[in-house]
Amino acid sequence: MSELWYDLEPFLQQGTLGLVNGAFYAILSLGLAVIFGMLNVVNFAHGAQFMLGAFVAWMLLNWAGIGYWGALVFAPLIVGLFGVVIERMMIARLYKLDHLYGLLLTFGLALIIEGLMRNAFGSSGLPYEVPEAFRIPPVDLGYMLMPAYRFWIVVVSLFVCLGTWYAIEKTKLGSYLRAAVERPKLVQAFGINVPQMMTATYGAGVALAAFAGVLAAPVYSVNPAMGANFIIIVFAVVVIGGMGSILGSIVTGYILGVIEGFTRVFYPEASATVVFVIMAIVLLVRPTGLFGRA
Amino acid sequence: MRITRRTLLTGTAAAGALPLVTPLRHARAQAANTIRIGVLNDQSGLYRDLTGPGSTQAVRLAVQESGITTRGVNVEVAEADHQNKPDVGSTVVRQWLDRDGFDVIVDVPTSSVALAVNTLVRERNKVFLCSGAATSDLTGSACSPNTIHWTYDTWMLARGTGGAMVAAGGRTWFFITADYAFGHALERDVSNFVRAAGGEVLGSVRTPFPGTTDFSSFLVQAQRSRAQVIGLANAGGDTINSIKQAAEFGITRRGQRLAGLLIFISDVHALGLQTAQGLVLTATFYWDLNENTREFTRRLGRMPNDVRPSMIHAGCYSAVLHYLKAVEAMGVQAAKASGAAVVERMKAMPTDDICFGKGTIRQDGRKIHPAYLFEVKSPQESRAPWDYYKLLQTIPADQAFRPLNEGGCPLVRT
Repeated sequence: MSELWYDLEPFLQQGTLGLVNGAFYAILSLGLAVIFGMLNVVNFAHGAQFMLGAFVAWMLLNWAGIGYWGALVFAPLIVGLFGVVIERMMIARLYKLDHLYGLLLTFGLALIIEGLMRNAFGSSGLPYEVPEAFRIPPVDLGYMLMPAYRFWIVVVSLFVCLGTWYAIEKTKLGSYLRAAVERPKLVQAFGINVPQMMTATYGAGVALAAFAGVLAAPVYSVNPAMGANFIIIVFAVVVIGGMGSILGSIVTGYILGVIEGFTRVFYPEASATVVFVIMAIVLLVRPTGLFGRA
Repeated sequence: MRITRRTLLTGTAAAGALPLVTPLRHARAQAANTIRIGVLNDQSGLYRDLTGPGSTQAVRLAVQESGITTRGVNVEVAEADHQNKPDVGSTVVRQWLDRDGFDVIVDVPTSSVALAVNTLVRERNKVFLCSGAATSDLTGSACSPNTIHWTYDTWMLARGTGGAMVAAGGRTWFFITADYAFGHALERDVSNFVRAAGGEVLGSVRTPFPGTTDFSSFLVQAQRSRAQVIGLANAGGDTINSIKQAAEFGITRRGQRLAGLLIFISDVHALGLQTAQGLVLTATFYWDLNENTREFTRRLGRMPNDVRPSMIHAGCYSAVLHYLKAVEAMGVQAAKASGAAVVERMKAMPTDDICFGKGTIRQDGRKIHPAYLFEVKSPQESRAPWDYYKLLQTIPADQAFRPLNEGGCPLVRT
């Protein structure tokens, strides 16, 4: 028994830690899926907006004295507002054009934002402490010690993901949104302001990314490249889950986090690539993704 | 066109390839009395603050202080980003040497890129002044008559930090190693040290480079090994994330010690003293070490993002200053004709500058100067911005680097 336990222990440890990474994948891919599902825009600036969330949290703390909890509310609002401005001024002009233009625009924006932040703050990053409430000894799970803050990440991300899913799939507002995607002209004829709804959706998607950024600030170094490291993996998650599938992106996010964790037990060198291997397999076997509709 | 998965994938692939833009081209005034210096390093990634534009600034200062331009020699300085990728770095260096007539490549952090540049420069008989890269192979199996390894190397880090940890009773080790030439060399050199001192290496884990953000999985594996010391064979952003997350997981509170084998001042700044205090590190330069180093920092002026110069920046300055002395001594024509001849000349002349003091360059291309063992101050001990280190020990020049006959460099005549 104890020998079996000893063999299982690393898997439990890495699976648990993978869940934390999966939480980030889930929130980020959820935001992407929402934006893609509703606006048909591939938001390449998502990683940069995630990074901005972390930086705004740092600025709020150091320039305005607003701590973690305030940042959790204000940073998504500020960055979301920034997203709204971008949508109104730039992305909205591209809806009539080929969707590739939206991709190129947001990718360009990402490069500009990251470049500006690098010039302003350097590449090493900025310190952001774990909030006071979580500075308690790590929790003993029996097979590992888990910092309290990492539990918080998993719990809060689950709530946010399920909340977003519920809002889109089960509420009246969500049904308007989905209807506007299918038949925008008809919905507009019913007196609903579709362009405004699109703007709000983009803002919400960006706010989700910023929220994840604030969550990440205390555990990862707050630096301009932090989003770029995530974004490519998150795109793979979206592709595996099925483009535009809300539930698909959430579930796939967590699962891939865990699989990545397992990979670190037996072949750590491959942990950065395993997601893409899975993506290739899924594309071959089920081209619409695990949860996608053809 | 509806956006499809295929469009997205193409876009992603294009996104990866886009940063490979060609670096700035320079006017092709093929004047025979122009020395062209190419500073190649990480301008946009995790090593930017400790190399990056600061290195170019240091090189320009060296050019200015050498006074060579007032004596009728033109010096041009260009910089480029290698993105820590050997293929990108090789492309830039080929263009610089084959097309644009550059004479010397400076800095080049990221050992995998440096080893590639080392070969290219040797084939073309130019000069490579390596400040940024760490692998001790540059003066070992890969040593070259065209290369001088200036600032530090993995053996020196092993001797400094590794030696201090072993002396303090750390007998069993586990490594978290960045999975490329630098990490492997550092792990190897420290392991040799640990074993020679009667210690034991219990294991290691290789982390993908670049692009690893989460080190918790690797830290937990290190914890599981029950080694007394967890050696971080990584650098820059990787080290920052490892130390930050080790603090979060309370690694040191359970009796294991963390050895950051390569820590730069910008890393300490990014971590904050609260997290970084007590870390022991080895460096060959610290801006606040003595009156000379403070003077250098003053002359360098304001750095990008207000950082203080790292030992790599100081190395770029010192190396180019010495290079230009050799060029003047032998004449621009002769210097441009043969890189190996310049390096030979540089080895024959003793070095002296405000960053490293008096020193020498060995037959295998190793620049020799003292190294220092520092401890990071606590927030209470730090009295001014960037007042981060206290000196624990000075390792004399003749002990700081690997003995000449142990590196396996074919240039060394026995």
